[in-house]
Amino acid sequence: MSFLSYLISGISLGSIYAIIALGYTMVYGIARMLNFAHGDIIMVGGFAIFTMVSTLGMAPMVGILTAIVVCTVLGVTIEFVAYRPLRGASSLAVLITAIGVSYLLQNLALLIFGSNARQFTSVVTVPGLKLAGGRLSISGETIVTIVVCIVIMAGLTGFINKTKVGQAMLAVSEDRGAATLMGINVNRTIAITFAIGSALAAIAGALLCSTYPSLTPYTGSMPGIKAFVAAVFGGIGSIPGALIGGIILGVVENLSKAYISSQLSDAIVFSLLIIILLVRPTGILGKKINEKV
Amino acid sequence: MKKLITLGLTAAMVASLTACGGNGGDATTAAAGGDATTAAAGGDTTTAAGGASADNSGAGAEGAFKIGVIGPLTGPAAAYGIAVQNGADLAVKEINAAGGANGVMLEMNAQDDEHDPQKSVNAYNTLKDWGAQAIVGSTTSDPCIAVAAETSNDNMFQITPSGSAVECVAPENVFRVCFADPDQGTASAVYIGENKLATKIAVIYDSSTTYSSGIREAFVKEAANQGLEVVADEAFTADNATDFSVQLDKAKEAGAELVFLPIYYQEASVILKQASDKDFAPIFFGCDGMDGILTVKNFDTALAEGLMLLTPFSTTEESSKAFTEAYVAAYGIEPNQFAADSYDAVYAIKAALEKSGVAADADFSTVCDAFKTAMTEITIDGLTGEGMTWNAAGEPDKAPKAVKIVNGVYEMQ
Repeated sequence: MSFLSYLISGISLGSIYAIIALGYTMVYGIARMLNFAHGDIIMVGGFAIFTMVSTLGMAPMVGILTAIVVCTVLGVTIEFVAYRPLRGASSLAVLITAIGVSYLLQNLALLIFGSNARQFTSVVTVPGLKLAGGRLSISGETIVTIVVCIVIMAGLTGFINKTKVGQAMLAVSEDRGAATLMGINVNRTIAITFAIGSALAAIAGALLCSTYPSLTPYTGSMPGIKAFVAAVFGGIGSIPGALIGGIILGVVENLSKAYISSQLSDAIVFSLLIIILLVRPTGILGKKINEKV
Repeated sequence: MKKLITLGLTAAMVASLTACGGNGGDATTAAAGGDATTAAAGGDTTTAAGGASADNSGAGAEGAFKIGVIGPLTGPAAAYGIAVQNGADLAVKEINAAGGANGVMLEMNAQDDEHDPQKSVNAYNTLKDWGAQAIVGSTTSDPCIAVAAETSNDNMFQITPSGSAVECVAPENVFRVCFADPDQGTASAVYIGENKLATKIAVIYDSSTTYSSGIREAFVKEAANQGLEVVADEAFTADNATDFSVQLDKAKEAGAELVFLPIYYQEASVILKQASDKDFAPIFFGCDGMDGILTVKNFDTALAEGLMLLTPFSTTEESSKAFTEAYVAAYGIEPNQFAADSYDAVYAIKAALEKSGVAADADFSTVCDAFKTAMTEITIDGLTGEGMTWNAAGEPDKAPKAVKIVNGVYEMQ
């Protein structure tokens, strides 16, 4: 019974990683850049919700919607101000800019909110489940996280395969030059990708802070790194890969905490990453691409 | 593509390395690495050293004895640092109002270290430039160890109100007001055993801080002597300090009646929340790091109901009434034991100043030499213990006490 309980909380943790990893993977797939500020957008989403719900006393749903709007606007703005001018620059320059944006967001949050941790009031109102005579309890947050993750995955896959904008995204990720020739507005497509990724970050922020109720300006950085690992793990650029990578990471982390050592769980997770990348350098579902010289 | 991934992974690893670098066990690593949260932010933040400094208290600066105070005035451990600053400030004002130490006025200056060893050393250097003759600080263990290495080189007298790691007082010039970590761990086990609070104990500790692992080690050792059974011994690290579900599940599965939390209040507030979500309601028992839990923003204090902690100070005690009233009047919040520790530290400096008769304008090295002897000769009836004395190793001698949170306030046990 305890195994089930660890497994479920691992899947819940993994679902959060997966939602964050989606943001990494979509932006990488389409814009060919690693947006390291993604984790900090989660934190901004968390603070937006905290401000609306705990400080201003709004309903949780209003808080989440506000956070989605704030994060979407922030993501698009960051793309427009910091990344778009570097579209033709080397990937190293874009990577460093992304790290710079990440620090900028953290320090702005420090300035505005201070570094004291806040206890986050859960925005999830779904009651928890008690199974097997109370021996297995599943919190409402866990249920909502897993459901939301599945819905997002299904919605996103549908969006990309069925809509025009989604097809444009696929085209840009395949070949940017050819997509331009076909009349696709590459800049607009990339901006939409950032908007979707950032909106997902806001949702991830709401779930992350509800499940692990502590909010500081650094809240997003470690989950951000782990989700990036999950994205690489599953095959960066691949949407189902993000889901698989995230869930495996969450489950391995929780089970190694439970059965091997609570001190070594991070070391085990990262070693697994190294092993996977040695065996499959493009990740579990990554496409094998022969680089053109 | 591969190149980009390699690049990204390298960046991620560097980031996680800096994030894990802090909280080393011994003085050198503690001085070299930052604390996890602050290292992740990199560099100085707007609130870094010098951001907040207390005004000097009372009398003109000329001829006053200068005391430098170091603690986290911002950041995750701010409740400790601010309390230390306020406690010292109150003591300085009282002493000056009563005519000083043998007529010598005291002056204090508090610097922020954000609970970061490097920033703590910066804060110390700022205070040295200001002309500090003795240091009250650092407030937290890892920064204290880093600063102790510096004060030992400089021969500057240092008394830490609350740096409880063993190594904090390793140099001859460093003394402390609180108990050492092993003493807290041992005292907790003895207290739990003697009061028969429970026999099945789970421990959840932070393996990335010296403070937490030090207490846990001594606790586990003494638990065996007290007939206590440690049924779960679980760790977390600074990078994993938000998810305790597995640790709590293991404690619950093992049938723990009491969960010992030798950790800081910030993580403890999350643990209490997650335990309540799981309907897991053992007795929670903490040490001095738990002090401050009632001040966490947006924390539902009902979750802390029944929480016990080992602390040498309670506002409900008869002997601390006057102090509590003055403190609330001056700073608008209830004092915690850190405030009491630093209040006692300033009184210890006063007593040492009077005992040694050292000149108020003596350089800090002379002061330090005089105080090293004087500290072992003084006795203080402080807030944190009656008849407190110190040995040459810098450890205080006083009796431990425990409190329980009842209706949102501490109640002496």
